[in-house]
Amino acid sequence: MKYVALIYSNPGAFEALSPTEREELMSEADAYLKEFTESGELLSGGAALADPSTGRTVRVRNGVPAVTDGPFAEAKEQLAGYYVLDTESLERATEIVAHDPAARFWAVEVRPIMDMAGTEM
Amino acid sequence: MTTQAARGTEDLLRQLAPQVLGVLVRRYGNFDLAEDAVQEALLAAALQWPEDGIPGNPRGWLITVAARRLADELRSDQARRRREERAAAQVPADELVAPAPGDDRPPAGADDTLTLLFLSSHPSLSPASQLALTLRAVGGLTTAEIARAFLVPEATIAQRISRAKHSIRASGIPFGLPPEPERAARLQVVLHVLYLIFNEGYTASTGPDLQRSELTSEAIRLTREIRRLLPGDGEVAGLLALMLLTDARRAARTRADGSLVPLAEQDRTLWNRGCIEEGAALVTDTLARAPLGPYQLQAAIAAVHDEAARAEDTDWRQILALYELLERISPNPMVTLNHAVAVAMVHGPGAGLQLLRGLDDDDRISGHHRLDAVRAHLLEMGGDRAAARASYRSAARRATSLPERRYLEARAAQLRDGGR
Repeated sequence: MKYVALIYSNPGAFEALSPTEREELMSEADAYLKEFTESGELLSGGAALADPSTGRTVRVRNGVPAVTDGPFAEAKEQLAGYYVLDTESLERATEIVAHDPAARFWAVEVRPIMDMAGTEM
Repeated sequence: MTTQAARGTEDLLRQLAPQVLGVLVRRYGNFDLAEDAVQEALLAAALQWPEDGIPGNPRGWLITVAARRLADELRSDQARRRREERAAAQVPADELVAPAPGDDRPPAGADDTLTLLFLSSHPSLSPASQLALTLRAVGGLTTAEIARAFLVPEATIAQRISRAKHSIRASGIPFGLPPEPERAARLQVVLHVLYLIFNEGYTASTGPDLQRSELTSEAIRLTREIRRLLPGDGEVAGLLALMLLTDARRAARTRADGSLVPLAEQDRTLWNRGCIEEGAALVTDTLARAPLGPYQLQAAIAAVHDEAARAEDTDWRQILALYELLERISPNPMVTLNHAVAVAMVHGPGAGLQLLRGLDDDDRISGHHRLDAVRAHLLEMGGDRAAARASYRSAARRATSLPERRYLEARAAQLRDGGR
């Protein structure tokens, strides 16, 4: 079963950390990614996201695209990164994510990815 | 290269893969490196044979090429020099050259297939690793093919296989059949791995994931192989029958747009008669002579469904009796769920709903969309449209399969609109 882990943090949260904390976070994150990639449970293809203020939001209404910059920092928690897990169960995915240093500093949401396959009932 | 030649080569390679691996492991005692060497030999053959024709002794060709790769591998690693010398000393010189035509030992190879199945599904490996290793070491599939079938990156499958081989090496499991007292329990694990491979392919054999249906044929092929080696085992026969009787409905279970068709609404003329006859004969014969087991009972239930020309001809009393037996020998909440449907079909929806109530406190299934879906179905049968709609919607919210969620949403919408 595949799950996406969504890392949420406040804008500027990383900068707010002390240099020691930042270094700790980076090396722990590397070790974390390595450990669970090697177990065959963390799939490649995750990414850290640039600050939301560098992005755009697109809405098409009546065939007309309305494009706005941002969102900007007024929102509290922002999606900061994601990666995909393939595990036996939600329990196992939760157990893995509890090792992610991002979960200690901020919050990581674990959501099942919809399967395109299914069984008739 | 004709596709037919490529297909013929592929079939032959998958059949020979475990035999060649068995010979190498027996000779060099290094499962890990031998498995890599066999993969390389299989890849070389897959490229060369369709062009140059299949060699006179394909098995000998593969053994020679794989043994050469393995020797190269051992030689290239300075740290392993000592082991190489030891291995070389154990190998009679004539075994390093291609065997003459006819100088082959298929009976030993046949046993190795079973040994490799036990090894690949060793209980110390994670289920994901068991599946990947079984498909590669016994099925002869490449890492890329397995990755495509499971919709994960190739690197992930490579990690699972290498981790599995590492566990096998670390635990020092000897290459041979498990000791007699453990064998029955270990065979259960082998069968479960094949069942999971089958299911992975079966749930996906629609729409954009059509290529994954290769997993169902691979699971059936490997189960046939075990049955050839253990013809007397009732559960092996039961699993093969269950796979055949389930796979028989493949063409009818989805519409062209990929939406799911429930069993009761399937166009039964699309069912594969050949598979049904083979599966039904197999389960009938097995039930008459072997000790009863859960795969046989599930196969028998599938056979009763498959033998009904129309949904309304289904012999639900017989299905109910089979579920009662299954609950007795292999109780689990999924069985109870299906049992409740059979109870409802024989004794009415109220009796089925009563049985479902017992599952509400069972952590293994209480939050599962299937419990809500069955409850919705039985409520609808009983005419309680509002409660049925609420249950279908709750099931849809909990489903993590897109086709299943769409099916459940459609059922809920039909009740709201008052149509059928």
